Amino acid sequence: MASRLLSASSRAASFLRISVAHRGFASVVNGLKYAESHEWVKIEDNHATVGITDHAQDHLGDVVYVELPEVGAAFKQGDSFGAVESVKATSDIYSPVSGEVIEVNEELNNSPGLVNSSPYEKGWIMKVIMKDPGELASLKDAGAYSKFCDEEDAKH
Amino acid sequence: MRGGLWQLGQSITRRLSQADKKAVARRYFASEADLKKTVLYDFHVANGGKMVPFAGWSMPIQYKDSIMDSTVNCRENGSLFDVAHMCGLSLKGKDAVPFLEKLVIADVAGLAPGTGSLTVFTNEKGGAIDDSVITKVQDDHIYLVVNAGCRDKDLAHIEEHMKAFKAKGGDVSWHIHDERSLLALQGPLAAPVLQHLTKEDLSKIYFGEFRIIDINGSSCFLTRTGYTGEDGFEISVPSENAVDLAKAILEKSEGKVRLTGLGARDSLRLEAGLCLYGNDMEQHTTPVEAGLTWAIGKRRRAEGGFLGAEVILKQLAEGPKVRRVGFFSSGPPARSHSEIQDDKGTNIGEITSGGFSPCLKKNIAMGYVKSGLHKAGTQVKILVRGKPYDGVVTKMPFVPTKYYKPS
Repeated sequence: MASRLLSASSRAASFLRISVAHRGFASVVNGLKYAESHEWVKIEDNHATVGITDHAQDHLGDVVYVELPEVGAAFKQGDSFGAVESVKATSDIYSPVSGEVIEVNEELNNSPGLVNSSPYEKGWIMKVIMKDPGELASLKDAGAYSKFCDEEDAKH
Repeated sequence: MRGGLWQLGQSITRRLSQADKKAVARRYFASEADLKKTVLYDFHVANGGKMVPFAGWSMPIQYKDSIMDSTVNCRENGSLFDVAHMCGLSLKGKDAVPFLEKLVIADVAGLAPGTGSLTVFTNEKGGAIDDSVITKVQDDHIYLVVNAGCRDKDLAHIEEHMKAFKAKGGDVSWHIHDERSLLALQGPLAAPVLQHLTKEDLSKIYFGEFRIIDINGSSCFLTRTGYTGEDGFEISVPSENAVDLAKAILEKSEGKVRLTGLGARDSLRLEAGLCLYGNDMEQHTTPVEAGLTWAIGKRRRAEGGFLGAEVILKQLAEGPKVRRVGFFSSGPPARSHSEIQDDKGTNIGEITSGGFSPCLKKNIAMGYVKSGLHKAGTQVKILVRGKPYDGVVTKMPFVPTKYYKPS
């Protein structure tokens, strides 16, 4: 399992041209911002790409369905914008930033497993035009998120 | 990583508000230390088991294999489950059979020694207290296994009736098998693998049959039964020999039989169309509504004599108002409590279990609908997060069962 995640995150790293920190089983990607509800956001100008983290997909297991938002829908930071279904569990996904949806990853309709195999790259879920870039300050960077995950896991 | 599935469920679950989450977290932490452990606990952890709280026990929800892979492997090769959280019980005495017949719908008297059946413990209203696999070991010895989550109420119920029964001079006593641990070995390799560990000819033991035999050097209660729809066994082994037996089974299978957790166990039983008590059957559900009419013995239908018999016999005569059925559906998997509607948007029932079938690669579910709308092929809508998705009533089991029966 560790090696699979390692190779998946390395692929993501080369695509994003950023370095990857390996901690525990799950990986995080430097340069992204993370919500405590386990979504990541990648910023390019005022566009934000959103997905769920490697930690999240690893805990959820095989993803069998992703409920995508509608293009044009507007969400506030922390709003539920869809859901990820694994074999066993249904999980809401929360928008890490406020904004309007400009694109959704239609590939996930046929291949929801991309969320598992490529959480930071091919498994992205939506792109939004950010309303308030100031919100990014409330999110964690890779190091802080990784520490957060370790602490959460250590509780159990 | 341990407890992660539970925890992620907490952090990004749909149903709980922030305030509720904290309340649940407090309850969880308060009870975590109190969770009971089976004798295989350390073995699970050493094998990568992800332990979660289940019915007061710390149990593996999965191991290193994904739930998807584990489910498929059970049907292709085999699975070994620790089900020692379930409660094994013996009723003994010359009146054990008439005593039990007051509490369950089965024709216990009609069972041949060494055979058993799925049955239901009923209440005065004909509702299900629990489902249970019972075995007549001999005419004066019944062995049964009840759900972990129902243990306390089942034992209280049995004890109360046993006191009254004995007060009237009935001869019955019980023994709770806390000195034993229950393992379930399921799948096509179950019999060939287990045959390596016993001299008894397993080809002579058919589905539903029971023997007390030596397995891997200890005296075990062996029942050819299970909760997956596959051929297989439940083995009640002295607890001090349980880890050795688990290791021997895995070793003899050359790695093909895999340790399998509660996650895949739930997928497997759903694919097999089997009820999970607490989801698909509750205090208010009768065996007739649950589709378990076949488990009511012919003599019992004529004579009654069990709790709630009037209600159940009336339902048998008139037909139940609701019935448990299976569904295929599109969109996201239906889950328990999803509303079922007809094509006009009228409520006709509720889903009680649902998920993605690892073997069929599509959504399956079971639930209750009004009688008349229960026939296979009936088109319905199933609401998931407020949106209606197409569903169709489907015969169960979803995946054909492979019980070992005389040809």
